[in-house]
Amino acid sequence: MAGKRISSPEGLEQLRKGILSKRDPNKLIVSICTMSVCGQSRGSVDVCERFKEEIRRAGFEDKVDIRETGCQGFCESEPVVIIFPEGIYYVNVKPDDVPEIISTTLVERELVDRLLYTDPTTSKKGAKESDISFYKNQMRIISGNNRYINPRYIDDYIALGGYSALSKALFQMTPEQVLEEIKKSNLRGRGGGGFPTGIKWETTRNAPGKPKYVIVNCDEGDPGAYMDRSLMEGNPHSVLEGLVIGAYAIGSQEGFIYVRQEYPIAYENTIQAVKQAEEYGFLGENILGSGFDFKVKVHLGAGAFVSGESTALMSAIEGKLGEPKMKYIHTAVSGIKGRPSCLNNVETWTNVPVIINKGAEWFNSIGTEGSKGTKIFSLVGKVNNTGLVEVPMGMTLRQLIYDIGGGIPKGKKFKAVQTGGPSGGVIPEQHLDTPIDFDELTKLGSMMGSGGTVVMDEDTCMVDTARYFISFCCEESCGKCIPCREGLRTLREILTDICEGKGEEGDIEAIEDIAEVMQDASLCALGTTAANPALTTLKYFRDEYQAHIKEKRCPAKACKALTSYYIDPEKCTACMICFKNCPTEAIHGGKGIIHWIEQEKCIKCNACFEVCPPRFSAVRRFSGEPLPPLPAPGTKVIREKKR
Amino acid sequence: MTITLRIDGKEVKAREAMTVLEAAKEAGIEIPTLCYLEKLKPYGACRICSVEVERKGKVRIVASCGYPVEQGLVVKTRSPRIDRIRKVIIELVALTTMVDGEVAGEIKKLAKEYGANIHRFESRFRAKPTRCILCGQCVRYCDEVVGEHAIGFVGRGIERRAAFFPEKARACLTCQACFDLCPTGKIPSETDFVVFDGFSVDDYLAGEL
Amino acid sequence: MVSKTKNKKSTKFSKAVKKAAGSYQKDKDMLIQILLDLQSMFGWLSREVLTEVSEQLEVPITQVYQIASYYKAFSLMPRGRHIIKVCLGTACQVRGSPQLLNIISAMLNMKPHETSEDMRFTLETVNCLGCCAMGPVVEVDKTYHTKPSPSDLRKIFESAK
Repeated sequence: MAGKRISSPEGLEQLRKGILSKRDPNKLIVSICTMSVCGQSRGSVDVCERFKEEIRRAGFEDKVDIRETGCQGFCESEPVVIIFPEGIYYVNVKPDDVPEIISTTLVERELVDRLLYTDPTTSKKGAKESDISFYKNQMRIISGNNRYINPRYIDDYIALGGYSALSKALFQMTPEQVLEEIKKSNLRGRGGGGFPTGIKWETTRNAPGKPKYVIVNCDEGDPGAYMDRSLMEGNPHSVLEGLVIGAYAIGSQEGFIYVRQEYPIAYENTIQAVKQAEEYGFLGENILGSGFDFKVKVHLGAGAFVSGESTALMSAIEGKLGEPKMKYIHTAVSGIKGRPSCLNNVETWTNVPVIINKGAEWFNSIGTEGSKGTKIFSLVGKVNNTGLVEVPMGMTLRQLIYDIGGGIPKGKKFKAVQTGGPSGGVIPEQHLDTPIDFDELTKLGSMMGSGGTVVMDEDTCMVDTARYFISFCCEESCGKCIPCREGLRTLREILTDICEGKGEEGDIEAIEDIAEVMQDASLCALGTTAANPALTTLKYFRDEYQAHIKEKRCPAKACKALTSYYIDPEKCTACMICFKNCPTEAIHGGKGIIHWIEQEKCIKCNACFEVCPPRFSAVRRFSGEPLPPLPAPGTKVIREKKR
Repeated sequence: MTITLRIDGKEVKAREAMTVLEAAKEAGIEIPTLCYLEKLKPYGACRICSVEVERKGKVRIVASCGYPVEQGLVVKTRSPRIDRIRKVIIELVALTTMVDGEVAGEIKKLAKEYGANIHRFESRFRAKPTRCILCGQCVRYCDEVVGEHAIGFVGRGIERRAAFFPEKARACLTCQACFDLCPTGKIPSETDFVVFDGFSVDDYLAGEL
Repeated sequence: MVSKTKNKKSTKFSKAVKKAAGSYQKDKDMLIQILLDLQSMFGWLSREVLTEVSEQLEVPITQVYQIASYYKAFSLMPRGRHIIKVCLGTACQVRGSPQLLNIISAMLNMKPHETSEDMRFTLETVNCLGCCAMGPVVEVDKTYHTKPSPSDLRKIFESAK
């Protein structure tokens, strides 16, 4: 894969020229995401194999390049195939579509209409990014290169200008100048804390003691967030380049990349990237002939959300238990083995080469007063276009969810958007015009966090949402300190009881009391922020809590214990679909015989509600009121009524 | 170098690298603790020693056993906010330490002082009481002072337990230091120190802890 | 007289631990990585394996167990031939993963964190696989399945022998 060691900036440019000279800019490229979980889970590997087979059969290898890439962001529509140089997007592609794409688009240069993206609100078709609502409002400075790069092939990164920022830093700037540039850029940490990166670097640089360490935190544990996965999987060199530049500025010779265990592809791609970077001399001794040495070790996590907390992560790197430590001295001053250690998030590191190349002034031209640059969000949940989106800070939540996300599917009503993961909170409709900015979201009681943005609709119960996050933190708590461990245990029981109709007078006050003590007294940020989802749902949806406690009613009809499923005999056409999908055989009836649900067998899995065709909508959910009477067994469907 | 700070309105002189708890102790100001032991490194698990510190106009709640003294620091060891923290911590942890509906020792003392209702969350406590508050004094003493590593933590979160390792048990015959350290009395009452009946890592693996 | 079987087993474990530890130059800092390799090799971490790790790396047995019992990636009990992981991350949650878990539990007659008696399946939950845009997701033997219907699931489980 990689060639011989590069030992000067000129050598790097020669290498780049050499790579580019072997690439025909007019050659067609078929870009498919196979190096990522999303694509793989949707069958993109089969689509890719079919392309290879058909192209080989047609003898087109010298005319068409197949580029296997990492995550391209438009995950809901995977398998996605992009045809370059035009940049035509085909969505939900199946292997059997491949021959048509080859003959129509690659040969005849025409579009295959049925495979184009259809806007969920306007129903218009779009072929290129500029026509696709999901993409056209984004600003993909960091994530955009994913579609051009095979993450296991360093030359792809170099062809796009990769490692030029490193070269510039090492040969045209002093470490102090690099530090100044990052400070001037006002880059803030993208992992959740939003701490000014330049200040963290400076603190580490100025702290007494050697060696100093730099760390990439890829222990992305926030459920619903996968930005770091897509960067580490899809463009690991962008992270590495940022890391080496940071090490140079700080005065560190040794770095670590900590990848969570649930991301095996990201781990493999990182290992490969490190190896190839070493072969070219972007890592190791005397990088590019600059005299600067830097090496990197990759660590795999072992399944603990709390290990992403900085003191815990550093503990794990030392081979000790990955649990947080009580520390009133910043890890930038005393971290791994008591040495100055600078830990930054994956996305933070990827911003560094961009800032060095384009300048702090350019970076400051994007975003808001307090939050510069772009942010990648994982827009997921009850939204039409789910995937990873990169937008300038300052875009509103409404624009994100509706303009880019295409709004709420199935005509449902928006209820809230959850940001910041388990440390964050829910934001209701009345605040949708809030600009996305570190400080603005904090003012609402939530936070930006790592960028997880989970959209919820009228069918989502806010009490259950709080219960979910509290349960998550309860399971992930390290268990060391009493407020977090026992606080979460008790909160979980209270919230579970409320969802099961066993809420009591005084429960809301108890939740608030425990939550506030956790905020004040827990040892680490998991504990101090774990109750935020409960507090924000209470702030904005107190009425839902009261309905659960006083009326034993779940307004969203989501809490199993408070909801019953019923098939409306007036609407049922006995089509047998729900009958076949019920996992417990709780549905009785037959062809032409009205279906009815046996309540004792019903596990409230929602399958019947999901599969009943919308034109019938015969399945209804009841909460807080008695069910209507069942039809007599054997009642036949009266067809005339349906005409 | 002497550092001057104020604790509960009183001027206190301290040495560099002292913690607020140590400085308070030397000045005769009592701050309650459950997981602190002078011989051991501060651990920060119980949070009972939480105090309010004010620095440059900003107030923070910190664990005094670990917070280093600073010139001009203003510390409050009691306040409505601090008292509530201690009260709720006792209310949360009391349930797992109860024997026949009663608490003992330091927990009992703190419950009385801070007006904690030890039965407050009783209806929501559905686990088997372990009688352990996971203060870690036993584990840490064995690690840091004795150096035998015969008792350790296993599990995570609410499944976290202290467990003995039978293969290291011989040292315990003559040691027994953790018996007196245990604030709830669990270790002396539940340990047959020859066999560690009911308290060993094998019991944990069998799902019995 | 030491039984021959016991000796054979302990040699097998000590060899495996030596190999795993050796690939990280017996570096104590890499303890977690070494345990991950052993977990991958044996499917679980037994008392014997962990005792070997403690001895060969010269790390207290308490520390080895503290780590092995803390992380979800490690299993201290033998597991089934097929590992089923249902993602309970927020995005999957909102899209019905608890119902999916219910369906799977009902189909296999198992509760989460259980291994079936015939050692065929182990059912686990994961707090986010990072596949958030296409939830709900279930991972079966390292293959991800997105939005599986009950009939999809029946097919998957039937083919897992």
